[in-house]
Amino acid sequence: MAAWTDISGIRQKIADSSAEEVTASYIDIIGKSKINGFTTLWDEAINVARDIDANSHDGPLAGVPIAIKENISTKGISTTCSSKILQGYVPPYDAHVIERLKEAGAVILGKTNMDEFAMGTSTESSYYGPTLNPWDPSRVPGGSSGGSAAVVAAGEAPVSLGSDTGGSVRCPAAFCGTVGLKPTYGCISRYGLISYANSLEQIGPLATNVADIAAIMEVVAGHDPRDSTSINKENTYIDALAEGVEGMRIGVPEEYLSHGIDEKVEKLVWDSIHTFEDLGASYENVSLPHTRYALAAYYIIAMSEASSNLARFDGTRYGFCAEGDNWHLMASKTRAEGFGAEVKRRILLGTYALSAGYQDKYYLKALKVRTLVKQDFERALANVDVLMGPTMPTPAFRIGEKIGDPLSLYMSDVNTVPINLAGVPSISVPCGFADNMPVGLQITGTHFDEKTIMKAAYNFEQNTEHHKKRPPEVA
Amino acid sequence: MVYDNPDDVKIGLEVHVQLNKLKTKLFCGCSTDYHNSDPNSHVCPVCLGLPGSLPVINERAVEFAIKIGLALNCSIVEQTQFHRKNYYYPDLPKGFQTTQYDYPIAGNGKIVIEGEDGERVIRITRAHMEEDPGRLQHIGNIERSKGTLINYNRSGMALIEIVSEPDMRSPKEARRYLDKLRSILDYLDVFNGDLEGAMRVDANVSVFNGQRVEVKNISSFKGAERALLYEIMRQKNHIRRGGTITMETRHFDEARGVTLSMRTKEEEHDYRYFPEPDLVPLRVADRVPEVIKTLPELPDAKKERFMKEYNIADMHARALTIEIKVANFYEEVVSKVDPKVAAVWVADILKGELNYRDLTIDAFRVEDIVDVMELVIANSITEQSGVEIIRTVLDHGGKPQDIINKKGLLKVEDNIVAKAVEEAIAQNPEAVADYRAGKEKSLNFIVGKVMQKTKGRADAREARERLIEKLKE
Amino acid sequence: MITKEEVEHVGWLARIDISDDESYAYAQKLNSVLDYFGQLDEVDTEDVPPTYHVADIVNVFREDKVQDSMPQEEVLANTEHKHDGNFKAPRII
Repeated sequence: MAAWTDISGIRQKIADSSAEEVTASYIDIIGKSKINGFTTLWDEAINVARDIDANSHDGPLAGVPIAIKENISTKGISTTCSSKILQGYVPPYDAHVIERLKEAGAVILGKTNMDEFAMGTSTESSYYGPTLNPWDPSRVPGGSSGGSAAVVAAGEAPVSLGSDTGGSVRCPAAFCGTVGLKPTYGCISRYGLISYANSLEQIGPLATNVADIAAIMEVVAGHDPRDSTSINKENTYIDALAEGVEGMRIGVPEEYLSHGIDEKVEKLVWDSIHTFEDLGASYENVSLPHTRYALAAYYIIAMSEASSNLARFDGTRYGFCAEGDNWHLMASKTRAEGFGAEVKRRILLGTYALSAGYQDKYYLKALKVRTLVKQDFERALANVDVLMGPTMPTPAFRIGEKIGDPLSLYMSDVNTVPINLAGVPSISVPCGFADNMPVGLQITGTHFDEKTIMKAAYNFEQNTEHHKKRPPEVA
Repeated sequence: MVYDNPDDVKIGLEVHVQLNKLKTKLFCGCSTDYHNSDPNSHVCPVCLGLPGSLPVINERAVEFAIKIGLALNCSIVEQTQFHRKNYYYPDLPKGFQTTQYDYPIAGNGKIVIEGEDGERVIRITRAHMEEDPGRLQHIGNIERSKGTLINYNRSGMALIEIVSEPDMRSPKEARRYLDKLRSILDYLDVFNGDLEGAMRVDANVSVFNGQRVEVKNISSFKGAERALLYEIMRQKNHIRRGGTITMETRHFDEARGVTLSMRTKEEEHDYRYFPEPDLVPLRVADRVPEVIKTLPELPDAKKERFMKEYNIADMHARALTIEIKVANFYEEVVSKVDPKVAAVWVADILKGELNYRDLTIDAFRVEDIVDVMELVIANSITEQSGVEIIRTVLDHGGKPQDIINKKGLLKVEDNIVAKAVEEAIAQNPEAVADYRAGKEKSLNFIVGKVMQKTKGRADAREARERLIEKLKE
Repeated sequence: MITKEEVEHVGWLARIDISDDESYAYAQKLNSVLDYFGQLDEVDTEDVPPTYHVADIVNVFREDKVQDSMPQEEVLANTEHKHDGNFKAPRII
């Protein structure tokens, strides 16, 4: 069957043949993959598809294959955050989103590669080796949900789940030419998502088109009493797509189009905004003045939380375990050998930022700057409906290009992290190509107004051709 | 009020109370009923700290905490949140303990105890909620152990840590503080103090206004008194030998009855407290009014009421109100018999017999003590027999009436004794003659005959007195 | 500036074993990031409250109702270090 089929195409195919056949064809495609997007294939997938056929499952995703990021717990399927320290760990429980997907009839194909513990923008720091960008295997797919974006772009799965702490869904979506949504903080239960920075992150879907994002959101979003930060709020996704964008007010933050942006990327963004104008929307320049401080604030908060979130990996109950003469030595050797270089750097920096004497200077200061960043968004979004800008300032960079220089890697998150600090929803949609590499347009809205940004993205998609272009291998 | 405390002993206590009357742990739905269960049989992803699991606060635990705060005369904080206390230890499955930090749920309280020289007010600094770690068992002893076994059944149990100011002046006062605390907690019905590990104590002690030393690992009240006695003696001796006391943490070795310095690299702490992002703030103030309504009459108030309402002595009222179960027992009893008599029988006699056997009031039925007391008051049995009935019930069980019948404890009627006396005198002229001739001992023989005739139901002393009376004639 | 000694101390706090020669390299890399973080000093945050939670919600509770625990063998399934139903770890000191 053809790759890049959307959910409605798959449902048609299932009606014509079977869920088993659809799943088998994806397993076949994955078997020929050259991009290292999957870390683990679930050997039960084909049986699940058979059961769906046998029981005539009528869930909204009955028989639809889906790929899941390595940091979302799946009962009976290895979940390692692409880290040596979680080698061999098989969760005894399903994340909330996995329960919902299973109920809806989705078929989990397997787990996808990521930057170790979601700490990165390139999927190069994985214990399983880097994932390659399907558009150009010498380039990174973005990160940290690089595997989830790359397998969708390569036609190895129609849809996937990633997680977005500071851009980890939107960045790889932009670099791989897929759609990716970071929902409002509290919109999707984090129960079962292995924490990197828990005050910032959300699970988010990736797909080849906006309608499929909506279809996944209908299933995975909503209140879960097991996540205290999950907010009980009714929200609709699919219905929102029917409306047009006439009269929509777009804010273009000047800070997202300044220093360090690739000229071709900038042009594509303006082209996109003019497309919206053609559709009856209007734009104005807005300012998010604290954007330049958002990056530092984001990294301090993320690293501080991570230093504590990752403390449980001590070799005692699961995962990799080193030898040691006493427990403390065993734990510190386990962690020295089990974590990769970037993870260790972030744990050390986070520990330092929380330690006595430095907590006010770093951690507390960053939380105050977070307040200012959040207020920037509140002010800007008081006058416009959505904010638009480039998801990433450049197209995908080359593998190895930024590996030795953590700071330059952090800099590429400049447009994505402020959104996580503010907790607002944001979607990246393909908006063209620069040097034959896809570029993403980032559309951001107010808390729990996924409806408006998805409506904008859908209208854009319906009136442009970018999302229809396939990577060379797939076409 | 000057109490002779020349050594300036100052003791403060930190008491961890396990809220084991909750059905579930603090942040997950695992049952608290893990005592006597297999290791690691009462755990789930949350209390095992599995990656991806998230905590959700047990609502009733918050109500219990507010209740405790109010009972300790604390003010309850407006809003609070949980923090992470970051440190590494194998009993801590997440690598941090979820606890409260700068805004404890309750603070600035006090309780009154009987001090060395009258009433003493012990100030409560704070009471905060936190989760219990798992349980470690060292293979061999802690210093030369070959390994550690870890059981996470206890992990995540709700604790209240109650911290006092250093207001106690002697180990005895510390013990009384602990007894009072336990009494209040009993009243609140938030914990079962009889379960292992329900109350754990850390103490800080200083003498001669010196540096304070923390003593950890005290697992019983008796242990607390012993640990403090040892530690005070150790500090004094050390100073007398010219040493100085430095701030440190020591562990109490219960078996040896000594405190040991545990200074190791692991003791250098920097807990890096920060608010738990996975839990949202608690607006506690909203809940206080409804909790106040559930607050029971507390020991001090009950004692006052007993003295007034039942007109009983301070000593009796205190003894009857330490344990809520005893107080309730007494109030049931006084609905049927005279309160003053009841106070003696319950506070002095019954409690004495229970303590002697290490039993609680649950071992005795209200109707049984009422039966015993009514019989004594009606003069149907002797006080002695009453005590004997109580002992028999406690040791062998049974109902008082059956015991009376079986043992023939009913006092015999006057005329039967009188008849037996007359018969005994008539039938034993030689013994009577001997007695009258001055042989005092022959009276015993005649008393024996009276007892034989009454089958032992006569009171021996009464029989003797009646005989003497009769033989004077 | 974070010193080599501070790196070692932080390494111990975080239970990450750092060898002597590693600590120097770490100090360099961490300092370049900390320098960057230092730019927050420019921001006036007088009277700005910290944002701990973006979602403005309070009092999220769970009913005190027992739920199933995991079977013991599942609890211990992810480790080889176990003994009689317990996890087994090296001695502590």
